[in-house]
This record gives sequence, structure tokens and C-alpha cells, in this order.
Amino acid sequence: MINKIVESLSQAVEDIHDGATVMIGGFGPSGQPSELIDALIAQGAKDLTIINNNAGNGDTGLAALLKAGQVRKIICSFPRQTDSHVFDELYRAGKIELELVPQGNLAERIRAAGAGIGAFFTPTSYGTILAEGVETREINGKHYVIQYPIHADFALIRADRADRWGNLTYRKAARNFGPIMATAAKTTLVQTREIVELGEIDPEVIVTPGIFVQRVVRVSGDQ
Amino acid sequence: MNRLNRNQIAARVAQDIPEGAYVNLGIGLPTMVANHLPADREIFLHSENGILGMGPAPGEGQEDPDLINAGKQPVTLLPGGAFFHHADSFAMMRGGHLDICVLGAFQVSAKGDLANWHTGEPDAIPAVGGAMDLAIGAKQVFVMMDLLTKSGQSKLVEHCTYPLTGVGCVSRVYTNLAIFDIADGKVYVSELVEGLSLDSLKEMTGLALVQKPA
Repeated sequence: MINKIVESLSQAVEDIHDGATVMIGGFGPSGQPSELIDALIAQGAKDLTIINNNAGNGDTGLAALLKAGQVRKIICSFPRQTDSHVFDELYRAGKIELELVPQGNLAERIRAAGAGIGAFFTPTSYGTILAEGVETREINGKHYVIQYPIHADFALIRADRADRWGNLTYRKAARNFGPIMATAAKTTLVQTREIVELGEIDPEVIVTPGIFVQRVVRVSGDQ
Repeated sequence: MNRLNRNQIAARVAQDIPEGAYVNLGIGLPTMVANHLPADREIFLHSENGILGMGPAPGEGQEDPDLINAGKQPVTLLPGGAFFHHADSFAMMRGGHLDICVLGAFQVSAKGDLANWHTGEPDAIPAVGGAMDLAIGAKQVFVMMDLLTKSGQSKLVEHCTYPLTGVGCVSRVYTNLAIFDIADGKVYVSELVEGLSLDSLKEMTGLALVQKPA
């Protein structure tokens, strides 16, 4: 019997190694797998490369992981926010490396990794400083820049419902990066509000099929 | 002369958004356009974090942390609205599926180049978000801004001095003094506020403006 459900958050994150590349779902606090992040902080892996849209809000979740000094590099689109003081301080002190990627390029690079695409050409960022030194091509009179996929060792995402095969649904706009990050990581770890029996999630509405998921853990306090 | 305030600019932009349009309103000033969309038109608002059919802010106590807009403010979903993941959301933007995108700007050039993401100051922490995707993706890109900076310099310029967000992407610029259309390598003036002449507008901007034929 296949059972991807693990009993504890610490079990879910136990093999995240020093130097790992880790995708973390969420758009700001919406969809952020806060309890998995807390488990990663307790687990202590360091020298991590983190992929997220932002660089942490306030002092909890991703911001707390940065504050714990476990992150060497962050790949994101929008680090600077009114409440990104943890990142701001580390960045100004030269203690964290930033790769700034336009949001759609970030999403598509993650999607490309999961879909086995070697590279793609996008019009976004052509002619801007974020595309300096990047290979360009003119296709049918339009200008494009090349972008490469972003793969990860692990993805940490938050779902609403899950079953033991790892089929997932999400809640409202918390879906954001979850479905694509699940496809782009070797090991996808999911925290979910509810675990249901096989067949209880209508197959017509499963958003992430279980093939993309390795571990599921229920978090009781999740909305 | 009769300068428009921000609410009046937003109301003027809203007039030009037709029934059935799929629209993204950028963070900041452009979000004010939503307050002026005529109630008798069905207009679909897109939010890049994964919402179509976005509704107004919820009542107090009705906020849902999983239902926020691109500015991370609580919003609602209208009946018929939909959620989708980030790659689909940016496919809508980059793939030319949005009819209109309304953005703020530091500068717009006479060729339609847009600068709105970064001041270029060395100590500024850069953050781009979806700005570059919005700039190049929609069928029409509207900018709304004050025409002049606080120190009186035109933000509509021959060449942008701030780092670009997109090249040749802006089609229309709504300002507190005039509305400009950028097409065929020219800047047309399609509306002027009362009491402002084309000549003084040319002087303010330093650009070879062309009166749009009525």
C-alpha cells in the first residue's frame, strides 16, 4: 500500500541537506507553508538556496528562516516590501546573495523545470538591465531573451486537501506557486489542512496529481 | 488651468475600459480605477497572484488571508471568478490575453518605453515583481501619472533615464494635464485640460507633440 502521509513535520523535512535548493510556495503570507518552514528551522540545514516570490514578511515563516542564518542565496522577484526588514538587513550587510527574476520568468522557469524544457525564449525583460548579457533572439519580428529552468532538491508547499497518494487541492489564491513548484522539485513536501480517503477528492478538481508529491503531513491549525 | 486630481484621472481611465475587457490594474495609483468602473459594464479584473473576477475589498472582519491581490491587500471574488496557478496567470499576461493593463510610471518615453520599477539608485534594493510581464504582455498598456515631477520636470521624455521596465510598450498616457497616444513613432495629444494650450504643453515636455485629429 502506497502511503505518502508522514506523521510529523520533523519527519517530512529530515533529509533536507546543507547546500540544498529549496522552493517554498506562497505569495507573501498567502499559501506559505509556515509549519514546514518552522520544521526546517528546527532541523537546521544551512547554506540553502531558496526560491520564493518574495524574501519574507515580518519575522515569521520565510523571514525567520533567513534570520536563522540558514540561507546563502535567494531567487525571487520582489524582495523589498514594507515588512521585509529581515532580508533588507542581511542584504545590506552582504550576508545573502540575491538573484532577482521578473515574476513571470520565475514562474515559467519553475514550470519549465517540471516540464523537462531545456530553455525558452520570453519577451519579458528584453531591453532591461535584468537581461544584460543574456542571449537574445528575434522571432517573427519580436525580441526575446533566453531563460533556463530552475530545478530544486525540495519543494515545500501548502495544500488544502490531500489523500495518501498525494493528490492535492488548494484554497483560493493560496494556490499560486504550489502546483508548479511541486513539479520542479525532486522531493515535494506538502502540508495540508485535511487528509481524506482515496476517491474523496473529485478527480475532476484535483489540481496537483500525486505523481508530483512525495510526502504529505497534516497541519491541524491550517485554515 | 484645470488640473485633474488623481481620482479624476482614474475616472477618466475607467471611461475607456469597455464591457467585457480583461484588465489588470497595477499596484498603487492604478488600483483607484476600480472605484470608477461603471456598474453597468461587466469587466474582468485580473490579479497576477492567480485571480480573475476580482471583487472589491471585503467588509471588516471578512478578510481571508488566502484571498489577496498583487499588493497583498484583502479582496473578494465575484460570482464567476476563478483561481489558477502562477504560470497560468503569467501566461494570461505574457500571452497577450489581457486587453488592458494600467500602470504607474516614473517615466515614459516618446517611443513608448516604460520605466516604473527601479530608481537606479545604487543603495536601492531592487524589486521587480510582475512589472516587466505586465509592461509587454497586454494588448494595450495604459499609464496613469502626473505629467510633471514635484520639481517640475516632465515624466514624458525623449529617452528614459531610469532603468527600463519594457521597450516600446506603452500605448496611452493619462496625466493630470493631458492624454497622450503613442503610435507610429509620434506622440499625439488627444485631450487637454481646460485652459492649457498645445504650445505650453510642448514647452513643458520638450517634445514635438502632434494634435490628434478629432
